[in-house]
Amino acid sequence: MRLLFPNPGLKERIPSHEDLEKMEKEEAGDRPKWDNKAQYLLTCVGFCVGLGNVWRFPYLCQSHGGGAFMIPFLILLVLEGIPLLYLEFAIGQRLRKGSVGVWAAINPYLAGVGIASMTVSFLVGIYYNTITAWVMWYFFNSFQSPLPWSQCPLNANLTDLVSECKRSSPVDYFWYRSTLNTSDAIEESGGLQWWMVLCLVAAWTVLYICCIRGIETTGKAVYITSTLPYLVLTIFLIRGLTLKGSVDGIKFLFTPDLDELVNPSTWLDAGAQVFYSFSLAFGGLISFSSYNPVHNNCEQDAIIIAIINGCTAVFAATVIYSIIGFRATEQFDACLNENIVTLLNAFNLAEGTVTESNYDEMLQNFNSTASGSEVLQGLSLNTCNLRTFLSDGVEGTGLAFIVFTEAITKMPISPFWSALFFIMLFCLGLSTMFGSVEGVVVPLQDLNIFPKKCPKEVLTGIVCLTSVFIALIFTLQSGNYWLALFDSYAGSIPLLIIAFCEMIAVVYLYGIDRFNEDIEFMIGHKPSIFWQATWRVVSPLIVFVIFVFYFITKVTAKLTYITWNPNSANFPVLDTSPYPNWVYVIIFLLAGLPCLFIPGFALYKLLQKILPHKNHQ
Amino acid sequence: MLEKVLFLLCLSSSVLAQQFCTPGASEGYKVRLSIKSALGDEAYAWNENEMFLFRATLAFAMRSQYNGKEFQVSDIIVCDETPRVSFWFVVKSPTSSQLVDKEDVERAVRQYRNRINGAFLLTDTYLEFIGIPPTLAAPVNPGTPPWLIVFGVVMGAVVAGIIVLAVSTVVQKKRKKNQEAEDEENEEETRVKTVENVTYENTCGVYNKSFSDDERLTRM
Repeated sequence: MRLLFPNPGLKERIPSHEDLEKMEKEEAGDRPKWDNKAQYLLTCVGFCVGLGNVWRFPYLCQSHGGGAFMIPFLILLVLEGIPLLYLEFAIGQRLRKGSVGVWAAINPYLAGVGIASMTVSFLVGIYYNTITAWVMWYFFNSFQSPLPWSQCPLNANLTDLVSECKRSSPVDYFWYRSTLNTSDAIEESGGLQWWMVLCLVAAWTVLYICCIRGIETTGKAVYITSTLPYLVLTIFLIRGLTLKGSVDGIKFLFTPDLDELVNPSTWLDAGAQVFYSFSLAFGGLISFSSYNPVHNNCEQDAIIIAIINGCTAVFAATVIYSIIGFRATEQFDACLNENIVTLLNAFNLAEGTVTESNYDEMLQNFNSTASGSEVLQGLSLNTCNLRTFLSDGVEGTGLAFIVFTEAITKMPISPFWSALFFIMLFCLGLSTMFGSVEGVVVPLQDLNIFPKKCPKEVLTGIVCLTSVFIALIFTLQSGNYWLALFDSYAGSIPLLIIAFCEMIAVVYLYGIDRFNEDIEFMIGHKPSIFWQATWRVVSPLIVFVIFVFYFITKVTAKLTYITWNPNSANFPVLDTSPYPNWVYVIIFLLAGLPCLFIPGFALYKLLQKILPHKNHQ
Repeated sequence: MLEKVLFLLCLSSSVLAQQFCTPGASEGYKVRLSIKSALGDEAYAWNENEMFLFRATLAFAMRSQYNGKEFQVSDIIVCDETPRVSFWFVVKSPTSSQLVDKEDVERAVRQYRNRINGAFLLTDTYLEFIGIPPTLAAPVNPGTPPWLIVFGVVMGAVVAGIIVLAVSTVVQKKRKKNQEAEDEENEEETRVKTVENVTYENTCGVYNKSFSDDERLTRM
């Protein structure tokens, strides 16, 4: 006897198998449909493959033992990622509704899960598209030679370089000053930066035109946005491999350090990366699957998309680290040459006496003489270590906008490479946003908040417009700090809770037996013992464990953030400052509010039932 | 006898001149050339002739800066040459045996830095005058920032696309409505025609005044 919670009235709420066959034959034109399977697969791949594959996975890979990180990543991909993906695809295809519709059909008290998905999609979409706006800004600025981040600007009286730029670097200056114009702390909001507002409006307008008619338009857009990144990555790989030092970077990335496997945080980070990389619990995947024909093979789809996602992550990591290897080698060479010149100048030796190859032995020679070592102490020779340059902690926006842009300035015909790189990032971000918008618009339609006559174009427009206004907060001078806040809290904890609830709802409320029968009806065979085991025990357990550890880490960690403060003593190293007290309220709103919708809506439905009916007559 | 006197005079004057030039002289500058780094394979060797060229170029700079003062190559005194290719120099005034002030030398060098660099096929980074900062290139300020142009192009295309899509949706909807209205009208007309045809046939054979009003029906 399988564990099954009582769920009265389920049969009335969902279409039966016969209804589904009828709908399939009559082709009820109300619900949108995919033009072909390729559009569906490309949209799902685009939703899953996002900026995280490019700038989070390579960092995790390198910092958690290189090639050894593949082991926890692949294991958790199979045990956590694919089952959850299959579950969302199957339930969407079976119940043929968006996220709110699906959970409301399983049990009216569960609609809160759908609302939570919608809220998370909305919050994440707002800050994710701001990153796309930043990418657009860099893209617009790529059409000039020399690139604006390749040299420091001069100060007001043209006597010297700007101090902030001189002390840090041109790329840092361009990112923190010319682009963001960051303030020193999150409390100092500063004003709206007009150029950022323009880019933000541009990003949302491009998104709007792609989503204006739902999957009718996004289905066409994904032919470009989902395929272009692969083309660009291949071009960059070929270019990267011809640069000096690229192979060092790749070797550094993949050199396995099996000791890291004993470290629990490696497994935790791998699990979290798999989870977030698949864009689960946003509601977008359920929506996309609901437009499929009833007998579509969703098991095959889930496996294909999971494999593509994993391979893309590894491929992108290789490309990124080939370029990082090149940059690190350039930095190392520059560092060494600086030392050589200092030595030559100090000891007045002819050029060519000290070269990269005999640097160490010459240094020893100088050190051995008394007068030589005295002079040496007076000089400030840099320590040049290739490994230090390679492990320059590079993830997130720092990777794309500082490290990679610097590497690009060292390549010939930099504007071309810059434009290519940023159009790739733009496509990656945009295709993920399609899923986000879908995860907000379809539940809104299901909830009947707006009148049914309201055309989809207007609804999408309202969603985009509201998002633009809220996203203006990220165009303030403190915008970067707000975005980091959103990134840490809006898109982390709530998703884990929603995913856990989804699995419990499908397995124990909808019933695993009924689900198995549905899948047999849809694709022709019952899911194997592997799926049974993962859906019922393994995947919920993994998600629960990740959630507990994540929660504990976030709650016990001191709430600090890193700031760019030109007045601090450690400049240009980023300062760690504590958050002000009112941030706790914001964190609660971001992380807690979506989760509270789940019990909140159940309570609301309960009250509706219990309270006397005369209120509703 | 005379030759010996002349020889002694020359020696003493050069010794006198050398006294002016010492490393760290207050009115002198240190110069450092990095020819191999700048020119690589095409580097030339530093020798006496190159030193002569340097002194001549500097004399040229001093002459051009201070019109009227006829500096000679001998007025540029060099000392402390090293294998690095660095040395100190001081500038002696052509008329007196006083050294020219540091600031005046600096002004001349800055003014004619390009010409001095050009003579040696080097740039400010490779021909260094220690203590004289290189002149920075004035930034190029385009009228409209290039990014605004690209932004304008992209936004223009996207907004045009949105308008086209919106208009096409509205036109499609109108066409649908017109189509539906036309369908309804056609249905009504056929209904009316059948009713009127029936009345006409029923009254066939009997003179019917309404026949004269039937023109609007028979006209096809």
